[in-house]
Amino acid sequence: MKDLDTTPPTPTDEFIKGLWRENPVFVQVLGMCPVLAVTNSAVNAVAMGLATTFVMLMSNIFVSSLRHFIPKQVRIATYILIIATFVTIVDYAIEAISLDLHKALGAFISLIVVNCLILGRAEAFASKHGVGYAALDGLGMGVGFTLALLCLGGVREILGNGSLFGVALFPAGFEPWVVMILPGGGFFTLAAWLLLINHLKRRRESAAAGMQEALR
Amino acid sequence: MYRALVGIGMLCGLLIVFVFAGTRPVIEANRAAALERAVFAVLPEATARLTFALTPAGGFAPAADAAGERIHAGFDQAGSLVGVAIEARGMGYADTISLLYGYAPERDAIVGMQVLTSKETPGLGNKIETDPGFLANFDALDVRLDDSGTSLLNPIETVKKGKKTEPWQIDGITGATVSSKAIGNILAASSSRWVPLITQRRADLDAGDIDEGS
Repeated sequence: MKDLDTTPPTPTDEFIKGLWRENPVFVQVLGMCPVLAVTNSAVNAVAMGLATTFVMLMSNIFVSSLRHFIPKQVRIATYILIIATFVTIVDYAIEAISLDLHKALGAFISLIVVNCLILGRAEAFASKHGVGYAALDGLGMGVGFTLALLCLGGVREILGNGSLFGVALFPAGFEPWVVMILPGGGFFTLAAWLLLINHLKRRRESAAAGMQEALR
Repeated sequence: MYRALVGIGMLCGLLIVFVFAGTRPVIEANRAAALERAVFAVLPEATARLTFALTPAGGFAPAADAAGERIHAGFDQAGSLVGVAIEARGMGYADTISLLYGYAPERDAIVGMQVLTSKETPGLGNKIETDPGFLANFDALDVRLDDSGTSLLNPIETVKKGKKTEPWQIDGITGATVSSKAIGNILAASSSRWVPLITQRRADLDAGDIDEGS
């Protein structure tokens, strides 16, 4: 195991880590505001995830390529400025693509600015790595974030509204659990997913330990 | 340090300006198309529309000639007025609700309503936009004027779900009491102002159509 850890991560590793091992929502538990707020339907979740992915990708590229020019004392302010720029761009783009979507996401597009996940990746990764790695990291984290949002949004829409992506799944007699699409449902669903993910992780770890035991 | 900050600030500013300029026409077109759709949705019989502005004298002039609050008159194929679409706004449960409703002078009734913007609670308050039972209230909501012609005979009111007995009442939504009441209040305030105005100056709207046609 030891020599595996010392090899430098390949570009694929940088991308993959955001999906599972360092998933922003399920492992790092970052950026909970949009995770809880806009996952009341699968469409909103995916749109929010894609918007965040774009902002993260672009801000990582920007921060990484400007990392030698950004003075250390004001780096956080500069990161926020860069992130806010791309959030504004996304805001206009979504409004141009679909007014309905813009209406559904409401204030949460502007709130991408304060998503700690994006600032976290800029500070912890992009400011220390080259443009290529930073872009892959942003993309991987973004896709991981989108998948996590979809996991929450899908469950909440199915239980709370009886549909998925707007397509009704149950016969008319189904009484939706309205609480699932209200803020409380976000907490319930997130808790259930975290339980499941941690359970899987623990099982895998104990299986690995058992394997080593057997090899000795 | 300042040079770096100012430089990055200007770069970001430039980017935003470019995107703003690039998307503005598309966004304007989207808004206009959404309003256009809404006008025909709330005036089902209309096939053409013309926008009028309220002049300071209290009459209506085609919007191109005058500034002021706007209403949209809908005409059928024969060119006669079938209704007027009016924008109204007011406080909802969360933030302002703006809506468009269609008033048909011939029927003394509101014949359609569509919410344009709202931030009501998803799953509860936003049923004002989707609940078919609630929206059916606005197929024929009575806004008859009293004998003086200056105020409504029966102001619009919102009642509990299933308690609607009169044509000027709105059946509320269980679980969206505040939001459905807000719609009723917005309509009541707006209709008590516009319906007498439109009734008095009906000729302006008909005349506007003839101008357009010639």
